[in-house]
Amino acid sequence: MLVDVVRKLIVVGGSVGMLLLSTEAQAGGPNEICLTYANGQFEPNEPTVPADAPLTIRVKNMDAKAMEFESETLKIEKVVAANSEAVLNVRAVKSGRYEFHNDFNEKARGFINVQ
Amino acid sequence: MLAALIIVFREVFEAGLIVGIVLAVTNGVSHRLRWIGGGLLAGLAGACVVAAFAGALTQLFEGMGQEIFNAAILATAVIMLTWHNVWMARHGRELASDLRSMGRAVSDGSKPLIALAIVIAMAVLREGSEVALFLYGVAASGDGSAGALLGGGLLGLLLGITVGLATYFGLMRIPPRALFKTTTVLITLLSAGMAAQAVVFLARANWLTWLDRVVWDSSALLPERGVAGRTLKALIGYTDQPTAMQLMVYVGVILATIGLMRLTAMPPAPRIAAAE
Repeated sequence: MLVDVVRKLIVVGGSVGMLLLSTEAQAGGPNEICLTYANGQFEPNEPTVPADAPLTIRVKNMDAKAMEFESETLKIEKVVAANSEAVLNVRAVKSGRYEFHNDFNEKARGFINVQ
Repeated sequence: MLAALIIVFREVFEAGLIVGIVLAVTNGVSHRLRWIGGGLLAGLAGACVVAAFAGALTQLFEGMGQEIFNAAILATAVIMLTWHNVWMARHGRELASDLRSMGRAVSDGSKPLIALAIVIAMAVLREGSEVALFLYGVAASGDGSAGALLGGGLLGLLLGITVGLATYFGLMRIPPRALFKTTTVLITLLSAGMAAQAVVFLARANWLTWLDRVVWDSSALLPERGVAGRTLKALIGYTDQPTAMQLMVYVGVILATIGLMRLTAMPPAPRIAAAE
């Protein structure tokens, strides 16, 4: 019975999600940053983007180890598996200097300048 | 080593708090350790599977697999916590009158134990997969510091368990009658907080972008990433920049829980005497 309830909820939740996805109207494409992570370093490690527009961050992990891309001030975190890439969505933010790092290796960090 | 300790502790911390609360809620219930242990083990096993397939999981839902997965885990936990509260409200009368009957009531119907075991499994699953990935990376790198890092991870795990036990023994100091009310409030806020966090994941996946205006910013006053902020986040879903949608969902879950508890707590019709 529990399984049924959970299954139904997933189906309902999924359909609602799809609906939201399909009706979503993007006003102007989001800005995109592409970050490459290799040998414990981000490249570029201080990109600049315009303020007050949604942002998409594409993180390519070239290392053989998984990493967790995280920015406390941008409120994003995501595991990026070894030798793969992941995309993170950030809502429009005010101008400022936002720190990001690999949560599994605190030495690897950089900044996103929002202007 | 310190870095490993901090990473592992940070992930285990929230699960530790939840296990501590569940231990307190189920105090006096027979076989509870079996259920709680089962939830822990299921969560750990699930965490390892998730870690092993992290890359594939990420690619689901057009690259938003992790976000949707986290939101689904949180939503499941919210449903289970609400179910628990509602079940307890229905049996609240017996519980308030005699504490010993609580053990019997709960052990007779093992439903709330299943619900709470699932909550624990979800908490461990969510936090554990990151720990598993991190430790796997450490072990796979095979450099000389791996031993120290694993040691740090183990220490972090022990600290997390300590948090769970401290939560349990702290709650146990509350007199039994007040404890029931306290844990009901705690579980309601825990569940509302999880629902609000699920909103964040759906927003990150671009599935739920309505009302995403930040209502206030208290990051200068009480940063979410500080010790106090983290504790409040884990317990009541504190966030220093809540969006309107998060606040609505938070309040909505609290109201829904209260409503459902009121509805189901209707007296079980002791009208036989009145019908005479």
